[in-house]
Amino acid sequence: MRGLRIYAIIYLVFLYAPILLLPLFAFNDGTIIAFPLQGFTLNWFYELTQTEALHTATLNSLMIAIITAVLSTCFGMFAARAATRHEFPGKSGILGFVMLPLVLPEIIVAVSLLVVMLQLGFSMGLWSVIVGHVLICTPFSIAILNGSFANLDQSLEEASVDLGETQLSTFRLVTLPLVMPGIIASLLICFTISLDEFIIAFFLSGNEPTLPVYLWGQLRFPGRLPVIMALGTLLVVLSIVLLVIAETFRRRGLRRSGLKDTGGFL
Amino acid sequence: MSQPIITLTDVEKYYGDYHALRGITAEIMEGEFFSLLGPSGCGKTTLLRAIAGFEDISSGAILLSGQDMDGVAPNDRPTNMVFQSYAIFPHLSVAENVGFGLRKRRDLNRQARQTLVEDALGMVGLDGFGGRAAHALSGGQRQRVALARALILKPKVLLLDEPLSALDKKMREQMQSELRRLQRQVGITFILVTHDQEEALIMSDRIAVMFDGKIAQLATPQELYSRPANRRVGSFIGMMNFLPADTITEAGGLISVHIAGLGTAALTSEQCPAGVSSATGVVGLRPESLTVLFDQTAGSSLHIEATVSEVTYYGDMTYYDMLLPGAPNTVAVSMRNLPGRPVLDRGAKTNLVWDPRSLVLFCN
Repeated sequence: MRGLRIYAIIYLVFLYAPILLLPLFAFNDGTIIAFPLQGFTLNWFYELTQTEALHTATLNSLMIAIITAVLSTCFGMFAARAATRHEFPGKSGILGFVMLPLVLPEIIVAVSLLVVMLQLGFSMGLWSVIVGHVLICTPFSIAILNGSFANLDQSLEEASVDLGETQLSTFRLVTLPLVMPGIIASLLICFTISLDEFIIAFFLSGNEPTLPVYLWGQLRFPGRLPVIMALGTLLVVLSIVLLVIAETFRRRGLRRSGLKDTGGFL
Repeated sequence: MSQPIITLTDVEKYYGDYHALRGITAEIMEGEFFSLLGPSGCGKTTLLRAIAGFEDISSGAILLSGQDMDGVAPNDRPTNMVFQSYAIFPHLSVAENVGFGLRKRRDLNRQARQTLVEDALGMVGLDGFGGRAAHALSGGQRQRVALARALILKPKVLLLDEPLSALDKKMREQMQSELRRLQRQVGITFILVTHDQEEALIMSDRIAVMFDGKIAQLATPQELYSRPANRRVGSFIGMMNFLPADTITEAGGLISVHIAGLGTAALTSEQCPAGVSSATGVVGLRPESLTVLFDQTAGSSLHIEATVSEVTYYGDMTYYDMLLPGAPNTVAVSMRNLPGRPVLDRGAKTNLVWDPRSLVLFCN
C-alpha cells in the first residue's frame, strides 16, 4: 500500500511539474529559462499585448474553435439522437466509423486531408482547419451527447406528444432543455480541443496560423520563450476554467433529471 | 355503459416475424373501467400503445367514438396516457407539468389555465403543490401529477400503463381505491394495463385477459373468477385447484362426471363453458369451495377424508395443502380464522365438504 501511494505521488509530480513551471517562468524577470529565479515581473504579459501577429493568431483560433464547437455539437446531437432512438441497418458499423477519428493518429488525418484538399484544388485557410477540427471533435460530442440522450426517458417525449404537442415542439419544449447540459458540455469540450490542436492546424492553416502554430514558430527565438510561458499560463487557466464549467453543467443536468452520477470527465 | 367508445376489429400487429397482437376484437364501453390483464409479453401494452397511437397496427381497425384512428397521430387523438414511469417533465414545476397540455388551448387566458390546473391538482389531492419542483416529488405524488396532467384535457379515454407497479404495497392499495373513485367522479373511460390479477379484479368493470397476443376471455371480474373460459385463465386469476376428471357424460342438460379424490358429481352445462367434447378432462375448483369440517360429528354425505400436508397461516385466513385419497396432487383449501376455530397441524386428519356448484369442468 505504501509503495502504491509513493508511486501515485511520483506519477502526479511527473504529470504536473512541467505545467507548474509555466507560471513560474512567466513571472520570472529573466530571458533564460533556468534556475535560480531572477525576480518578479509582469513584463512578459505586457509584451503579449504588444504583439500584432499573436493577436491575429488568437483571433483565428477563437473563430475556428467557436465554429468547430457549434458544428461538432450539431452533428453530435444528430448522431446521438439517431443512435439512441432509432434502429437502422448497419448502425453499429456506421457509428464505429464516425467514432474512429477518436483513435486515429491525428497526423494521418492531417496529411490525408491536406492531400485531398490540394487534389481538389482548394487553398488552405481557416475553413480547412475547421473541417479537420470538426472531424476530430464530432466523436467527442457524440460520446457526451449519447449519455444525455440515453439518460432521457423516451416516455417523456411520448408524454409531450400525447398531451398535444407536435414532434417539433416536443423537441423544443422537452428534449432540448433536458439535454442542454450535455450540449453545453459538448460545446466547451470541442472548443477546448480545437483551441489547442496543433497538428491539423499546422498542416491545413496555410498562411493563417492559429495560436498553437504561431507559438511553435516562436520557439525558434530563445528570447521569446518567457512570452510563450506567459501565453501558456493563460491557456492553462482558460482550459481549466472551461473544463470546470463543462463538468458543472453535466452534474447539474444529472441532478435536474434526478439521476445518479456514473462518472464524467472530472 | 351504453355506447361503445372504442371498437377494436381484428387488430393484428407484427414486429418483424414476431406476432404481437393476434386478431384482437373487442368493444370498450363509454364510462367503464376496463382492464387489459395478462403476463408480461402478452401484448397488453402493445394494444394500449396502439390505441394511444404510439404503435401502428399491421391490420384491422381501431375506432374511437366511431372514427377510424388509422393514420391519426397521438397528439390528435382524444386519448391521454399515464405512463409506467409517469414521465413527469423533470425541468418543469408541478403546475407547469399539469398545465402542459393546455398550451395548445389558445382560447384560455392565464387566469383560466391557472384555475384548471388548481382544480386538477385538487382532484388528485395535491392542493398547493403547484409551485414545487417535479423532480423532488415522491413516487405516489408523481403518480398523482401524471393523472392530473392527463385528466386536465378531459380525454374521452384515459390510458394507464401499469401505473401502480412502481409503488409499494400500502401506497398501491390506496391508489387503487383512489383511481376507482376518480374514475366514477369524472366518468371518463379508463383502460388499465396490469399484470396483477388482484388489481384488475378490484378496480375493473370488465377485464380482458390476454395470453400470447390474443384475448383469452373478456368478462366481468365475477364471471372471470367463477367461470374461467379455460384452464389457463382459471389458474391466472386467483388460485385454482385442478383434479383429473373422467367418464364425462351429458344427458338432459346435466353433466355427470367422476372426479379423482372427490367422487361423482352432477354439473349444469354452465359449469362447462367450453362444452363437453370428450369423456376426460380436468375439474377446477377454488380453495374456498372446499370446507374443513371442524365439528366431526356433523357428518355430511359428501364429506371426504383428507390429510393436511402443509399449513400457511395469513392471519385472517389459513391455507392448507391437503391430500385426498385417490387424487394425484394436493389441493389448496382456504379457511377463515373465525374466533374459536383451531388451526390444524401438518399431518392432521380431517373431513372436507365441497359444493358441486362451485366446480368448473374443462374437457380435454
